Amino acid sequence: MKITFRIWMQDGPNSAGEFVEHAPEGLAPDMSFLEALDHVNESRILSGQRAIEFDHDCREGICGTCGVVINGRAHGPLAATTTCQLHMRSFSDGDLVTVEPFRARAFPVIRDLKVDRSSLDRVARSGGYVSTNIRAAPEANSILVPRHAARAAFDAASCIGCGACVASCKNAAASLYTGAKLAHLSELPQGKIENTLRVVRMVEAMDREGFGSCTNTEACEAACPQEISAHLIARMNRQYNWARLKSLGRKLT
Amino acid sequence: MALPDAKIPDGPIERKWSYYQAHCKLVNAANRSRFQIAVIGTGLAGGGAAAALGELGYSVKAFSFHDSPRRAHSVAAQGGVNAAKNYQNDGDNVWRMFYDAVKGGDFRSREANVYRMAELSVDLIDTCVAQGVPFAREYGGVLANRSFGGVQVERTFYAQGQTGQQLLLGTIAALNRQIDAGRVEMFSRHELLDIVVVDGRAAGVVVRDMVTGEIEAHAAHAVVLATGGYAKIYYLSTLAMGSNATAIWKAHKRGALLANPSFVQVHPTSLPPLGVHQSKLTLMSESLRNDGRIWVPAQAGDPRHPNEIPESERDYYLERRYPAFGNLTPRDIASRAAKERIDAGHGVGPLANAVYLDFRDAIRNHGEDVIRSRYGNLFGMYQKITGLDAYREPMKIAPAAHFSMGGLWVDYELMSSITGLYALGECNFADHGANRLGANSLLQACIDGYFILPSTIGNYLATRLHEPLPDTDHPAFRDATQEAEESVNKLLAVGGSRCVDHFHRELGAILTDRCGISRSGAGLRSAIEDVRRLRREFQQDVKVPGGPREPNSELDKALRVQDYLELGELMCRDALERDESCGMHFREEHQTGDGEAVRNDQSFAHVAAWEHVEGGEAVRHQEQLAFEFVEIATRDYR
Repeated sequence: MKITFRIWMQDGPNSAGEFVEHAPEGLAPDMSFLEALDHVNESRILSGQRAIEFDHDCREGICGTCGVVINGRAHGPLAATTTCQLHMRSFSDGDLVTVEPFRARAFPVIRDLKVDRSSLDRVARSGGYVSTNIRAAPEANSILVPRHAARAAFDAASCIGCGACVASCKNAAASLYTGAKLAHLSELPQGKIENTLRVVRMVEAMDREGFGSCTNTEACEAACPQEISAHLIARMNRQYNWARLKSLGRKLT
Repeated sequence: MALPDAKIPDGPIERKWSYYQAHCKLVNAANRSRFQIAVIGTGLAGGGAAAALGELGYSVKAFSFHDSPRRAHSVAAQGGVNAAKNYQNDGDNVWRMFYDAVKGGDFRSREANVYRMAELSVDLIDTCVAQGVPFAREYGGVLANRSFGGVQVERTFYAQGQTGQQLLLGTIAALNRQIDAGRVEMFSRHELLDIVVVDGRAAGVVVRDMVTGEIEAHAAHAVVLATGGYAKIYYLSTLAMGSNATAIWKAHKRGALLANPSFVQVHPTSLPPLGVHQSKLTLMSESLRNDGRIWVPAQAGDPRHPNEIPESERDYYLERRYPAFGNLTPRDIASRAAKERIDAGHGVGPLANAVYLDFRDAIRNHGEDVIRSRYGNLFGMYQKITGLDAYREPMKIAPAAHFSMGGLWVDYELMSSITGLYALGECNFADHGANRLGANSLLQACIDGYFILPSTIGNYLATRLHEPLPDTDHPAFRDATQEAEESVNKLLAVGGSRCVDHFHRELGAILTDRCGISRSGAGLRSAIEDVRRLRREFQQDVKVPGGPREPNSELDKALRVQDYLELGELMCRDALERDESCGMHFREEHQTGDGEAVRNDQSFAHVAAWEHVEGGEAVRHQEQLAFEFVEIATRDYR
């Protein structure tokens, strides 16, 4: 099949970028999108150009490393699908396909399609855990968790940290990502204990990292490869307000 | 060099670990922060070790080539983690789990290590639940279990088909807590290029910042490798694109013995390659074999759609050959049986390279909703990759390289043959013998990092209390840094005509063909020649674009493939010298009339530990395996 790629290239965070066009021979509908990019790179390298940089690893939709904006949509046209799980059969012969990095103030470009998402890690490090030491654990079945709560915690915890929610948000907010982590832990009895402090710390970390504010367009939910619900944002906001109220006049720590 | 002592404690097997813990040396809590420990790799094993060491108060530097430790390939494990909790009241206990793993490994693993793995499995589930891992639960709120290959009890804990990601998020949360507390310093996008050894002890590491290309030296009192498996050497494998052997290979070249490198598991239920462009193979969890039935058309080359082939013309070959375990035979046996049918012309799919995994009966018996709730995400993944609906027609699956049982030789303390250098998780060889049972890899990675290393490393560091941190101005650091720089520059200077992937694909094809599911003396000898030839061609003709001081993924790949080209030869030599069939290592010369593997316990009940010789042939050492507690027997899943 014949596809023309328009791919964003940018040497570094402070350089100007531009689109380059490639219309490689030998694309097949069974190729994954990243295999098509490999294919573009192979022809670039053999003709003496440097490779286009992009992040990827497991190529089965679970590590969250890959992610580009394809024709204006984070991870491309299919719902609930990471870039690596997208296949060329989702495009038509003759299509022009524009490929850009996940753009956000909190995701500076490293090079080309590769961005620095360490801001998400710093949010997670601001209390996104249960404060228990390894081995300081009671017998597993002594903590009963209702099946629906375990399921809800799992659904929230299925976030792969790819950043598509941020890239698809006009405000570059990380509310879905943070809301998901908070929901995962607050659904479970073991995580509830520190929830007040956690929600305050994580929300403030989002602001510090330069993520925007949520204005409830729910574009994040539409782009999320794990179909995480935007309701978790409302829940985070309620928990945050409640925590702020509770903490009036006293310290959380 | 002589093979070091494995340091297995005396006494009955069920008391060895507690005896060890009662007698090992300790580092006083107030002294721990004086010790700098470098942890390479932050998946379940490395992330868990870094978190546990941070909790204890050690100063830890953790390195990951990923942009975030949450990306480590542990994330991709699907089916579950085993533990001898006996929550199902089905007769499980630690001894049975130990026996299953020793037998599953075809009596080529160390009893004491395997017993400890089973023993600690019980604590692991408690720790994971406390971290907030959302395991599947029953309506009453208790934990749920399912069954996996090679066992007859239900001891596998799971979180849908994402158990690896959920366990890893627990580990990373614990790691994040230590980073937050300032006890672990995290270096993302850093790849290890060398281990520095001073006076026979690990003294630090040389790493490369994959954004700036800077090569840095970091000194440490002890170095912990937790860098995962090397099955990506086959190019087409279930592993992530970045998974590599560089750390263990560099350790090997600095003196660490590499054990049983040819023991690589081929997973029976991966998706088959769709064409020449294929870059990786996607695993379909073994848990699917709980409900799916594997078959091929009884008539070779049957062109009909699977749904049109009547029951009487289907060959459920696992149920036929292994009625006791049926579709849940261990992986080596299931893979071999699939290859046998495919080679005999019964393969299905456009390239006739697959077998069917059929859920028709399970859907009829339990309803589609139940099957969806058990495997929904796997069926969804299958649909995305193939465009086919597995609720309506059988999946097409095929064997794919998946897990390396081989790895750095370690003693009972998980210390390699270099003093102060430890290897955890998949990058060591210790627990799985010649074949790993499903859901034991997450287990081993977790317990190595959470429970074992934190005890054993103190036993070493306690003797180093008055030793200052090694100086990175020491000639050994300067030499290692310079060698790393040179190897980068050399690759960039070749300016040949073929991409790195070209060489990786060819290496993978050689190994898949001759050092994969089935091996022969003649095939292995020719593979060694071919790998050597390919290595020479790589040195003369690889093309790596870009420069050394910039983000350069092609350079990252070239550095890894360069090491794979050396490891590949050793894998073939190891397979050649092991003149028996055992576990996944199937030598065509050693089989029964009906194709079952024939072990040779007289000559090969040992671990082969290879010593690197600069400029010469590697030397093979043997660690004799003593079976004091289980009776060595022929595996029979019939």
